[in-house]
Amino acid sequence: MMQFLGLGILTWITFLPVAGMAVVLLLGKDNKQAIRWTAAVFTGIQVVIAALIYMGFDRGMSGINTMAGFQYVEKVSWIDIRSFSWFGNLKIEYFLGIDGLSVLMVILTALISFIAVFASWGIEKSLKGYFALLLLLDAGMMGVFVSLDFFLFYVFWEIMLLPMYFLIGIWGGPRREYAAIKFFLYTLLGSVRMLLAVIALYFSVSVLDPATGEKVHTFNMIAMMNPANFEPGSLLEGVGTTWRYMAFIALFIGFAIKVPIFPFHTWLPDAHVEAPTAISVILAGVLLKMGTYGILRVSFPMFPDAAVAYQIPLAILGFVNIVYGALVAMAQTDFKKLIAYSSISHMGVVILGMAALNTQGMTGAILQMFNHGTITAMLFLIVGVIYDRAHTRGLNEFGGLMNQMPRYSAVMVIAFFAALGLPGLSGFISEAFSFIGAFQAFRWIAIASTIGIVLTAAYMLWTLQRVFLGTLPEKWKDLPDINGRELFMLVPLAVIVIILGVYPAPAIDLMSSAVNTLVDIVNAQGAMALIGQ
Amino acid sequence: MPVIDISLAVLLLPLASFTILIFVGKRLPRGGDWLGLTLLTACLGLSFAVLYQRVGGPLAADVLRFNWVDFGDVPLIGHLQVQLGFAVDNLAAIMMVVVCLVSTLVHLFSIGYMHGDVRYTRYFAYLGIFTFSMLMIVLTDNFFLMYVGWELVGLSSYLLIGHWYEKKSASDAAKKAFIVNRIGDIGMFTGIMILYFTFRTFTFDDIFAMMAAGTVPMGSEAWLTAAGVLIFCGAVGKSAQFPLHVWLPDAMEGPTPVSALIHAATMVAAGVFLVARTFPMMTADALTVIAYVGAVTAFVAATIAIAQNDIKKVLAYSTVSQLGYMVMGLGVGAYTAGFFHLSTHAMFKAGLFLGSGSVIHAMHHAMHETHDHGDPQDVRNMGGMKKVMPVTFLTFLMFTLAISGVPFTSGFLSKDELLAGSLAFGQTTGHYLIPVIGFLVAGLTAFYMFRLVFLTFFGDHAEAGRAEHLRESPASMKIPLIVFAVLSFFVFWSFNPFGSAGSWFADALPRPESVVPATVRAADAAEFAEAMHHAHVPTIVLSLLFAGLGILIAFLTYRKKSINADAVAAKFPGVHRFLLNKWYIDELYDATAVGWTLATTRVLNWIDANIIDGLVNGTASWTRAIVFGYDEHRKDTAISARFFLVTGLVVAVLTAWWAGEWVFSLENVPGGWFGAGVFTMLVGVLTLFFFWSGAGGFDRYVVDGMVNGTAYLSGFFGLLLRKFQSGRVQTYIIFVLMGVMVIFYLIR
Repeated sequence: MMQFLGLGILTWITFLPVAGMAVVLLLGKDNKQAIRWTAAVFTGIQVVIAALIYMGFDRGMSGINTMAGFQYVEKVSWIDIRSFSWFGNLKIEYFLGIDGLSVLMVILTALISFIAVFASWGIEKSLKGYFALLLLLDAGMMGVFVSLDFFLFYVFWEIMLLPMYFLIGIWGGPRREYAAIKFFLYTLLGSVRMLLAVIALYFSVSVLDPATGEKVHTFNMIAMMNPANFEPGSLLEGVGTTWRYMAFIALFIGFAIKVPIFPFHTWLPDAHVEAPTAISVILAGVLLKMGTYGILRVSFPMFPDAAVAYQIPLAILGFVNIVYGALVAMAQTDFKKLIAYSSISHMGVVILGMAALNTQGMTGAILQMFNHGTITAMLFLIVGVIYDRAHTRGLNEFGGLMNQMPRYSAVMVIAFFAALGLPGLSGFISEAFSFIGAFQAFRWIAIASTIGIVLTAAYMLWTLQRVFLGTLPEKWKDLPDINGRELFMLVPLAVIVIILGVYPAPAIDLMSSAVNTLVDIVNAQGAMALIGQ
Repeated sequence: MPVIDISLAVLLLPLASFTILIFVGKRLPRGGDWLGLTLLTACLGLSFAVLYQRVGGPLAADVLRFNWVDFGDVPLIGHLQVQLGFAVDNLAAIMMVVVCLVSTLVHLFSIGYMHGDVRYTRYFAYLGIFTFSMLMIVLTDNFFLMYVGWELVGLSSYLLIGHWYEKKSASDAAKKAFIVNRIGDIGMFTGIMILYFTFRTFTFDDIFAMMAAGTVPMGSEAWLTAAGVLIFCGAVGKSAQFPLHVWLPDAMEGPTPVSALIHAATMVAAGVFLVARTFPMMTADALTVIAYVGAVTAFVAATIAIAQNDIKKVLAYSTVSQLGYMVMGLGVGAYTAGFFHLSTHAMFKAGLFLGSGSVIHAMHHAMHETHDHGDPQDVRNMGGMKKVMPVTFLTFLMFTLAISGVPFTSGFLSKDELLAGSLAFGQTTGHYLIPVIGFLVAGLTAFYMFRLVFLTFFGDHAEAGRAEHLRESPASMKIPLIVFAVLSFFVFWSFNPFGSAGSWFADALPRPESVVPATVRAADAAEFAEAMHHAHVPTIVLSLLFAGLGILIAFLTYRKKSINADAVAAKFPGVHRFLLNKWYIDELYDATAVGWTLATTRVLNWIDANIIDGLVNGTASWTRAIVFGYDEHRKDTAISARFFLVTGLVVAVLTAWWAGEWVFSLENVPGGWFGAGVFTMLVGVLTLFFFWSGAGGFDRYVVDGMVNGTAYLSGFFGLLLRKFQSGRVQTYIIFVLMGVMVIFYLIR
């Protein structure tokens, strides 16, 4: 385990932004440059740590449901209340660790947060508060991906909510308050359902306390994945019971709102349209992945019986997301709203791939989470660039930008074609694997979903044509081309998109043993449940 | 050097050309056109070296395989990898030469044709990425990279059709090409998924070997046929087969050399190449479908070509028609003939397009000088070009003879084999419609091509004043024309001008063994070859008859003018309009597929904003109304007081009604006063609650009480919250905390 100053590397990567926030809060309100650079330095170090994690990551270790399979593990007792009046011991651990499922998300979070800092360079309104909240948000997101104690997971999940609420609500567009409260309430609605399931799990699972030798309830996620740890007679004991299905659904709704899965998606376009560029980038780049990550990390291994039982409904939701998202995207005239709906469509591919419950599908799904993070971040940055200059996002107000802003257009072409799944760019690989996996599990839904491939090409190229081709309207004659800072944000993402498009093995090698373990758990235990019925 | 290494160099050189030109091309002298041309010439030389090494040698391919992705130890399957690779067999070697040759000559031609273009360097860069993607299709040994190359040529085609993207028609055409191709591609992708499902590999040879050993996809021969037809869908898109042919004529919006390279000679032939590649796995049913699609395409496009007046449109429909021919050839089982026609057609069709480019180039300049804003591509504005452009004329005539199937040309050889194959197919299977269409199209082809020649090059120029401004094109444009014209003679393809049997081409490309189960296999190769042999002489006679008739009618109509074309058209106005408007297929698609999709998007968008989001907002409004009351001064309460009270009463009655029913059925109490009592009480209580909360009671006493009681929380983010008086985030958090306490207690 890598350590520095007695703290594990995951603690560092998670709480560095909090340290950054403290520094930002100590700085003078008018010292704007210092505030910006503080945020940049702290998130920059975070990227370096993420790179260290990537290099030191053991590709052979599986993770998921075995403690020994996790890497960079840190585990200390956090809250330990003995004999609380009416429910016995309360034992919560500070338990961090990553495996193949989370390592890509950790890297993505570090990368996107770093880029988001530069995307926020132009913020003028109470800069100090903005960057403090941005860094807190960063810590919350990172915490979700590294925590293995469910209580801790939930705490991070909620911590992230508040800064997001304020970032949209204070620094957003004209309808920011509406969008912010909608985002907040909707997500809260989901997390309350998740909390129900967490509490039910807590009271159903107990492990032997080595110190006292008695059975104690635990929030340890890994313990929750072992059917032997469920107490006889407890609410969630057994396989395929109604209560287990209800708990799965409760968790699913919590996660589905975040993804977002149809019909829980309407907060997303509003939030995106009102949020400042950097926040849109984080929202699409990282936040949406928490939902799908939660399903993979929590729902599938803890409820493999329900995962198998609900495979087809899940796949249908994936199909609906893909096709519905694409069709509604096509009807938009606001550039940012169009990208927001395209996000819904692309996240449908993740759902479809993970519903396949096989290695190809899940590999595709996780890869798609990462690729969507980079590609959609690029798309929102691209929208941001044009909005900063023209102060409008109306698709029909533009035209001919290809000639006016050639460097900008070059980056845009990469992002657009990556989004429509052009081979050679990363989006294609993950889509292809998701579809191939899905086809093996439910062929007709997979075939029906391929219509999304055509629809995506249609609305992406239509958008490209309306904004970048044709002739330039007179009023945009003075739009300057993309500047160095904007290129600095976009080019690394473009490079990643191209590299993973040609050779995805560096990403797939990280996850393959974790994915295989997860597939094994779901198939072995889920199939057992079906036989049992 | 091993063949495979040379081939990889051929693959990568155009990519290098693209990369260098796109990044530093503008800073190079002459915009870097020489760089592209040099690298492509090197490719051409190397590809000839490969062909030389392969022809006459063993048929087995040279292969390079590598592990691309490793899925690890997959449950229920074992160790699973995705292996990709490249393979050079004779099919690939010949196609490689065709691609490199056409591409090199188009590079050369473009130096003259594109001179002074606004995006000169980018144009050459795009030619590079196109050649790379096309070679990827040719050299790959698996479906995965095939699909990758397939989509990448789609991209290059998109970029090149839209080269002059300031024009709406050009950007429309580019978009249309990409989307229509994608429709075919999802079919192909589905086919690949079917094969991968069973074989867990993408490699052609592995799949074919397992099929030969008796494994069929998903355990059924019907799925095997489906896989074949679905993969063919990719070819339908890319090779512009009916009903997805609509993009190709529009693609003529791109620069003419691009039309020659991509939309006539090589990319559109990729579909034919794909069918040839996957030929062994095609069942008899799949091949019959392929043959009919090809025949219908050949016929429909040939009829449209007759009525067009734009020189490039005629050539475009001619291309569609000839591609239909090739597909038909492969479908009937004349594998060698189908691919042979692809190769010969690549030469003379590229030549025809470059020739038309030369004519348009001259017309464009002459019109520019005479300040004429007419259409430089309309044959009705031409005529008499023979005198001013002798090289263009003679080469164009050579290409026309070849495409019409006149003896001593390459076109005669390949077309003859193809028609013999279709005749043999008719004899062995009874599908006589296919050879009938085949010969009919041969006549139509000769007719519309000679119509084009007579209208463009013979007679007097349409505008006397313009004639003196017409100039023959520069050497860089003439050389490619001459090279293609020379290559359209028979001698390069077969020493016998009346049959290609025993030629190097036929020997290099024998029909591969079918790997499908015997029950669904098409006619045996030997049996088919026998029938084809017998069909050879009747075919020569018939095809010469039809071609001669076509040429004769064209001569009488457009040269001798003894038949008045306008009078014929006037006699059948419906038919003429139908052909002129391309069978109204575009209109049909706009009205159905495109129109319906757009309508659906609008409907769904409305539903999304008003129903799905309406439910969300409606829930919010009601919650607010209940919690905060109906005070009309509050902005965030969207519901009016009267509406609120009336619906509140309705909801109270309904809820009580349902509750009462539930109580009765559950307890099985027989009606009576008890139920009525419960009902009345519930109505009363609920109504009271709604009125009370409507008056703001709930908010004032319960919520505010809680907020004040836990004031420490509001201090937590007090600074920020001051801006959010209406947000009441604290309230929600308190609700959650309260809920948690209750749930904790209940579940424990």
